[in-house]
Amino acid sequence: MRVLVVSTGAANLASVLAGLRRAGAEPGLVSGADALLQAERLVLPGVGAFGAAATSLHAAGLWSALLERLEAGRPTLGICLGLQLWAQGSEESPGVAGLGVLPGLAKRLPDGVRVPQLGWNWVEPGRNCQLLQPGYASYANSYALREAPEGWAAAWTTHGEPFIAAVERGAQLACQFHPELSGPWGQALLTRWLGAR
Amino acid sequence: MLTRRVIPCLDVRDGRVVKGVRFQGLRDAGDPVEQAARYEAQGADELVILDVSATDEGRATAIRTVEAVRAVLGIPLTVGGGVREVEDARRLLEAGADKVSTNTAAVRRPALLAELAERFGRQCVVLALDAAARLEGGGWEVVVRAGKERTGQDALAWAVEATTLGAGEILLTSWDRDGTGLGYDLPLTSAIAQAVTVPVIASGGAASAAHLAAALHAGADAVLAATIFHDGHTTVGAVKDALAALGLELRR
Repeated sequence: MRVLVVSTGAANLASVLAGLRRAGAEPGLVSGADALLQAERLVLPGVGAFGAAATSLHAAGLWSALLERLEAGRPTLGICLGLQLWAQGSEESPGVAGLGVLPGLAKRLPDGVRVPQLGWNWVEPGRNCQLLQPGYASYANSYALREAPEGWAAAWTTHGEPFIAAVERGAQLACQFHPELSGPWGQALLTRWLGAR
Repeated sequence: MLTRRVIPCLDVRDGRVVKGVRFQGLRDAGDPVEQAARYEAQGADELVILDVSATDEGRATAIRTVEAVRAVLGIPLTVGGGVREVEDARRLLEAGADKVSTNTAAVRRPALLAELAERFGRQCVVLALDAAARLEGGGWEVVVRAGKERTGQDALAWAVEATTLGAGEILLTSWDRDGTGLGYDLPLTSAIAQAVTVPVIASGGAASAAHLAAALHAGADAVLAATIFHDGHTTVGAVKDALAALGLELRR
């Protein structure tokens, strides 16, 4: 199974590649917009700041291809910041537009809990989820989406307040947690996504 | 609800796991890849690798160790040791680390924390804070160079400054307790946990599940231990069972 991974210059790329290999894929890196559009499956990982990642995708000439791919419903997995980039923007980088496939902004996690959220938290899928199952997932985030996007099945997690753990629609899946770092539960999710239509 | 974490630590030198008492007197304790896989299977929530190599050759070996561990490890991996520049961190992340920790270099040049956070994000930057009780006057001071040097700098003030600059997590080691088996320094753990809003990992002195529970009850978000797991007296799973029986929320 050929899977291409977008390199934004500052992601835990090695972990994502290792996780995909353990799930049975043969991952490679995106070399340009054409490769991104044609990839059988695409992964958009991401750590670091929202604005820097958006800038890096624009500079690499990948932004509009990514949007085209998502709007066409092609099999794509977003991880962590990779999920937030699908939204309209983030409180982290005011004025920087996201891809806008998901409504709303990524908002900072509330005061009164440890931020960043680092560690394992419970994922509760909504009834119409196909790929997402209940279980503990590994998180490393300070921002999250709070609104259920129309047209997508959503899973939820609570850290101070409920937030979007993941959304899915067909073979498009975006996770606020890191499936590649979520042990056997995460590896099983990657395997299901690799087989999703 | 976010669960508490149990984190085994591998001190690695020249590609082998070692463990010392009070950071000295290192002895061989095995193969890092084999141990990493075993700890994940036992239910470890995360793994820390501290490279205690003293030479460039040793550092190069550590990169290969991180790559080999990453290939088998499906949980978060923090790597520390010798991170002085953004470039050092980039090499470790590229090899397969998810977070990097920095200690002496950040004390010498605090701007390093801001540089790392700017490039990789705060959630990627761990401040390893080694603290010791002041010899007189109360409170704790920062110690560096593997405990060889007392800086006189207040540990609480440094924790706050570091998180303002860019540290997204604090790995707090009690220099007084490390390797002694006397349990974590609970007043220190509690004071740091109250002073900052980022997660705090307690380290140094654990010899039993009761010690781990005490640190979590004192306010730590996670507990790190080495010796109790390496010696094969207990497993991560058995420790987590004991902690859960005490009412602590854990991934099981």
